[in-house]
Order: sequence, then C-alpha cells, then structure tokens
Amino acid sequence: MLLFTALNWHTLFFLIFALFACFFAFCVLVTSNIVRMAFYLTLALGATAGLFMLAGAHFVGAMQLMIYVGGTLVLLVFGVMLTAQDSFVRMSTRGGDWVLAVAVGVSLLALLVVAAIYLPQGEFHADAQAKIPADVANQTTSLGLALLSTRPDKLVATNETLAAGMSGYLLPFEIVSVHLLVVLIGAAYLARARRHAPPPS
Amino acid sequence: MADWINEQLAFYLSAVMPESAEAPGYVIAALIQAALIIQVPAVGALVFIWMERKVSGRIQDRLGPTRTGGKFGWLQTLADGLKLITKEDLIPGSADAMLFKLAPYLSFAASFAAFLALPFATGWVGQHINVAVFFVAAVLGLEVFGVLLAGWASGSKWSLFGAMREAAQVVSYEVPIGLCIIIPVMVCGTMDLITIGNMQAGLFTNWLIFHDPFTFFTFWIFFTCATASVNRAPFDLAEAESELVAGFHTEYSGLRWSIFFMAEYGSMYIVSALGAILFFGGWNGPIPIFHWIGWAYSGVGETPTLAGWLANLFGCGNLILKSVVGVTVMIWVRWTLPRLRIDQVITTCWKYCVPLSSVMFVGVLLYTATDTWSPNDLFPHRSRASVREGWISQDQARSAGNPEEDEEQAARDEDDLARTSNQPGEEFVLLARSAEERK
Repeated sequence: MLLFTALNWHTLFFLIFALFACFFAFCVLVTSNIVRMAFYLTLALGATAGLFMLAGAHFVGAMQLMIYVGGTLVLLVFGVMLTAQDSFVRMSTRGGDWVLAVAVGVSLLALLVVAAIYLPQGEFHADAQAKIPADVANQTTSLGLALLSTRPDKLVATNETLAAGMSGYLLPFEIVSVHLLVVLIGAAYLARARRHAPPPS
Repeated sequence: MADWINEQLAFYLSAVMPESAEAPGYVIAALIQAALIIQVPAVGALVFIWMERKVSGRIQDRLGPTRTGGKFGWLQTLADGLKLITKEDLIPGSADAMLFKLAPYLSFAASFAAFLALPFATGWVGQHINVAVFFVAAVLGLEVFGVLLAGWASGSKWSLFGAMREAAQVVSYEVPIGLCIIIPVMVCGTMDLITIGNMQAGLFTNWLIFHDPFTFFTFWIFFTCATASVNRAPFDLAEAESELVAGFHTEYSGLRWSIFFMAEYGSMYIVSALGAILFFGGWNGPIPIFHWIGWAYSGVGETPTLAGWLANLFGCGNLILKSVVGVTVMIWVRWTLPRLRIDQVITTCWKYCVPLSSVMFVGVLLYTATDTWSPNDLFPHRSRASVREGWISQDQARSAGNPEEDEEQAARDEDDLARTSNQPGEEFVLLARSAEERK
C-alpha cells in the first residue's frame, strides 16, 4: 500500500514507456535479422508514441504511429519480402561501420544528455500550463492555423523584423507538398510498364 | 553531480500528486474499464462468428448451427473456442519461431488499441483523445503489420504470398479511406469523435450522411474501402483458400489462429462503428426522445446524473446496433459476392475509389463553402458552428437553441471580444500582477 501512495503515476508510466523504448532500440542494435529489427523498431516507436500520448501530445503520438509504424516499417518489411533472395535475410556489419556508428551514436547521446540536464525543470512546466487556456490545450486548431496562415502563439511580436517572420509555415508546407508530388511522379515513371510497340507483321 | 542525482531522484520518486492518495481506487477503476473495453472485441467476436455461420447458412439455403447450446446453436463459437484451445500449437521447422509466435498478438493489439479512443456515448470513452479519428485510423493501419510478420515468419510460400497481397492491398486502401474520413472531419471542423457525434444530435436528418449528396455517396465509398482494409470478402485475397491454401495463416493452428480472427472481427466492428459515428449520428437515435424529455447530456464533463446515465446507456445501445448492422452487411456481402482477382482489387482502389473520393472531397468543400441548403438544416438541433472546437467553447454552445440565453450569450461574447481584441497583452499583465501579489 505504501508503494501505491508514494507513486506518481505519470512518472511510473513515463519510466515504463521509456524503458520499453530503450530496451527495444537496443534489441534493434543487437539482432542481425532485418525483419526482427523492424519488429523491435515497431515496439520501440510504439513506446515513443506512448510517451507523446503521456505528455498530452495526442496528435504527435498518432502521427508517430501512422508515419513510422504504419508507413515506414510496413514498407520496409514489404521491401524485404519483395527483394529477399534467401528466406531469412541477415545483415552483417563490418568493422568500419561499427566505428562510424559508435562515433555518431555517442556524440548524439552526449548532446541529448547535456540538453536534458540543462533544460529548466518544474517551473518551466507550470509556466507553460498557465499560459494555455484550458479549452485550447491539447487541440490541433493552432497547429492547423500555424500551417496555413498565422501562428497563434506568436500573435504579439515586439520586434518588427521578427513579426514579419511569424506568418506561419505555409511556404515550407507547400514546398514539402510539391517535393512529395515530384517523388510520386518519379515513382510512377520508374514503375510504369515498359511496353514496346508490337513489331509490324 | 551527487546533488543533481539527488534532485533527479527526488523529482522522480517523491513527487506526490494529489491523485496518489486515491491511487488504489484509480487502479481498480482502470482495471474495470480495461476489462469492459476488452469485452467488446472478445464478446463481439463470439457473437459475430455465430452470426457469420447463421447468415452464411441462410444465404446458402441451410440452417447453420442448430443444436449447440439448445436452440439456434448460440453456443457454437464457445464450442469452437474449446476445440481450438485443445489443438496442438504447431510451429513449422522453417519458421522464425519468435516472430511466428508474436505476430497474432501484434495484430490483436493493434485492433484492440483502436477501442481505446472509440466513444460509445457522450463521454463514454476509454480515453478522450482530441484527435480520435486520426488515432483510430493510425492504429487500424498497424494490424497489417501482424499479418505481414505472420506471413513472412511462417517460412512458407503460401503465407508469404498472402502477406504480400495483404500489404499491397491495405497500403493502397489506406489512401481512399483516409480521404473518406477527412470529409466528415471537414464538415464538423474537429477530429474529436465525441464532438462529431454530438453535432449530429436531433432528428435523423441531422446525420452527416444527409448533409449533402456528396457525403451520402462518400459513405458507400468508405464502406467499400473499409471492407477491403479489414480484409473481408470480396477483398480477402490474403487468405484466398482457393489459391493459397489459407494465405497468411496457412501454418497457424489452435489458439494463435483464433487470435487472428478475433483481431479481424474486432476491426470489422471498429470500422463499422467509425462509419456509424462519422456518418450515421453515432449514439444519437433517429428520434431524439432523450433530448425532448431533457435527460441527455449536452456536453462532455457534465455532472453525472441518473437520467443522463440512462440516456447514455440507450445511446450506447444505438451505436452498437448501428455497428452490428454494418458488420451484418459485411457478412452478407461476403457470402454473396465472389472473390476479386488481385489486379481487380488494386484497380478498384486506384482507378475508382481514389478518384471518386477526391471528387467527393472537392464536392463537399464547394457545398459547405457556398452554404447551399442541406437536409441538415430541416430540423436544426443546435447550430453546427457553435460546437466547433476552438471557436466557441462547449459550455457556450450548450445554450444554443434557447433564444433568450442566446442573446445574453451574444452580449457576453461581445464583451469578451472587446476585452481581448483591444488589449492583446492583457492576460500577460494579469499573470504578472498575480505573480507579484503572491510574493
């Protein structure tokens, strides 16, 4: 009973999800079977989505599930199935790859740890909560507005130069859309049936 | 460093929230609710499998099960379950044993997770998620992952072919189904399933399927694509028994096999319920009896009352009835239509469903933008715009329909508007002032 009363449920679930994510991310490293990697990655990314949900960012959590787990990983496994020569594909890592991967991984970890330690805790959280009206918190309206026209969180910009830049993300949004369209057209071009004209009889 | 570690420990271990005093109560409540939600796919599968046998029997001029459990063979599924439990749990020698064992659970977990965000009545939902529509669509797309893994890990060519067909089919059908789901979201201006359901309160003319001819047509595209995305006949290419033995579950037997089917029937119920909420008014019956006698809740987070609880109970019945009708139609279609070929399945998706749903999207857009008359305006229950999230809050919307209250509300709104628009920085000034007072 003491355990129950001394626990902060939010923290407990945070730790569970975080441990899940880390453990399965580690499993991805250890295994050499691509499809098993994809499976572990599903669990790791699912746990990350759980962390987002726990933080109240439902939209980001659902996005994580839809894009990474439902999109990328399904395509990965699909690609392995289409291209695999023998039944269970194994990936062997050479020594040079290990050195490079460890260098990148350790530097990224160092960066993240430093960022995590120096992030102001406690008061930072309370301040942010106080500023967001209750019926707007957890809603995606401001996200949509920011994508199309204005950023509701930056309506009052004191600096003129900065204010001009606060007009939302319409341009990047459009550029990304056009980029995706180009990719789609390219894929359709590559995948088209190459039919030759029938020889004249 | 030691200080920092102590600080972290203090932050993680001794941060006592107000809720922790009632923690055991929370745990019990959470367990009861989780158990209740897991009953929906579990009992649902029991009933639907029995129904599948009866319906297919009648369609093929047979009786279906008649003896198990006395009358109508109503215990047939339970008998099936007992039989499946006693069967040997086979794992082929060439299989990837770990993935082979885990794949059914992955499928079921994906199907079950969608029930978390699916409301059964106003406020009756596992977890009220503001983007519930998006969440349900995202989670439903994960079910295919279990099927893919099952097909790949079985180490059998039949399974692999089944899984590849399933992947191609589900990935394709996610496009038109997404377009169809966006249309009601666009009309309502919210992705919250509870708000979408509440906006269709009133007579059946307020249901979104009657919003305009485009939404009417959209529902049928949605239902076709939903049938394909849950892998039901005539789109059940992944388990085509005439060509692939049994497709992705060829190597499965016993309980693991049945878990795949629990997932399938669970997803059938979910897409039907999603269709019912998005197009058929959700938990609102065709005639708003509970609204007329003033029992129904009009918003989320109202004080629970016995009358409101009763209204919700009947609303829950409404939604389940509508969803079961959807599942019945899927069963009926399965035993009526022959299976399509894989190229026909993909053609149906890319050459018909995707262009049609895009046209519907543009049509609904024009229809709402031009404010054309719609059957939804016949007997308005409450102003549709008033429930839109972020524009006007729920409690203000509650007074809609009462003209006197509306006038008062309008006056209050104007006051609010004047206050906020003239002094944009006021709330921050207030914050600063209250902080000073606290000091």
